[in-house]
Amino acid sequence: MRDNARHVPETVERFLESTLESVDSAEELAVAIAEKAGFDEDDLMRIGMAVRESMVNAVVHGNRYNANKKVRFSVVNNAERYTVRIADEGEGFDYQEVPDPLAPENLMRTSGRGLFLIRSFMDEFQVRRLEPGGTEVTLVKYVVSK
Amino acid sequence: MSVKLNTRQVGDVTVIDVAGRITLGEGSSALRDALRELVGKNQKKLLLNLGEVSYIDSSGIGELVSGFTTVTNSGGNLKLLNLNKRVKDLLQITKLYTVFDVHEDEAGAVRSFG
Repeated sequence: MRDNARHVPETVERFLESTLESVDSAEELAVAIAEKAGFDEDDLMRIGMAVRESMVNAVVHGNRYNANKKVRFSVVNNAERYTVRIADEGEGFDYQEVPDPLAPENLMRTSGRGLFLIRSFMDEFQVRRLEPGGTEVTLVKYVVSK
Repeated sequence: MSVKLNTRQVGDVTVIDVAGRITLGEGSSALRDALRELVGKNQKKLLLNLGEVSYIDSSGIGELVSGFTTVTNSGGNLKLLNLNKRVKDLLQITKLYTVFDVHEDEAGAVRSFG
């Protein structure tokens, strides 16, 4: 949640390589736009981490580092909603099938916490299958006016 | 900056000072390698000082869990020191905070190994 006194409308779209460098650059760009829009430090951390985890899913699990596949990354910041969309060109996977990382039997697993963190840190999280292939996730943080 | 690791000995406890970001890629693999090397050298009392860690992602959390399991399975103890608020919050929301033995004072942490 934030004070939108310094609201700055902004729309950015990038087509990124399927690399870990793209994960870093997407996170930096998302945080820079969110910072300019006036989100506080805690929200900047939450947004940055949610974007990082989503980009990792797109690059690693979606496109599997395939140099021929891109990640479409966009940020739309308006008066009510700060929205990030990340789309890969992978085969997709069922997000419902990811085990609950908080279940006692999964607590000591070394992976599987990314989606949980995204859902925890953003106000909305949606997943959409793309045709002919790929997955698009939408992350939303609400902009709260004073 | 990615991650910087420095290992020092305090009595029979090995303190690993970690600084920077523990994230997928170089950061988490450096931590994994360091812990495995120490376990390979039969170090049983490991204290991971995260005081200078600015950021940790789900991969980094996974490395902490992996390190904990590796050290425990080798008959050792891995404890955490100096968590900043963000790392502490992350371990709390992932329900891992109580899994680790977490300390805020190095001398007390060293003594706790017995």
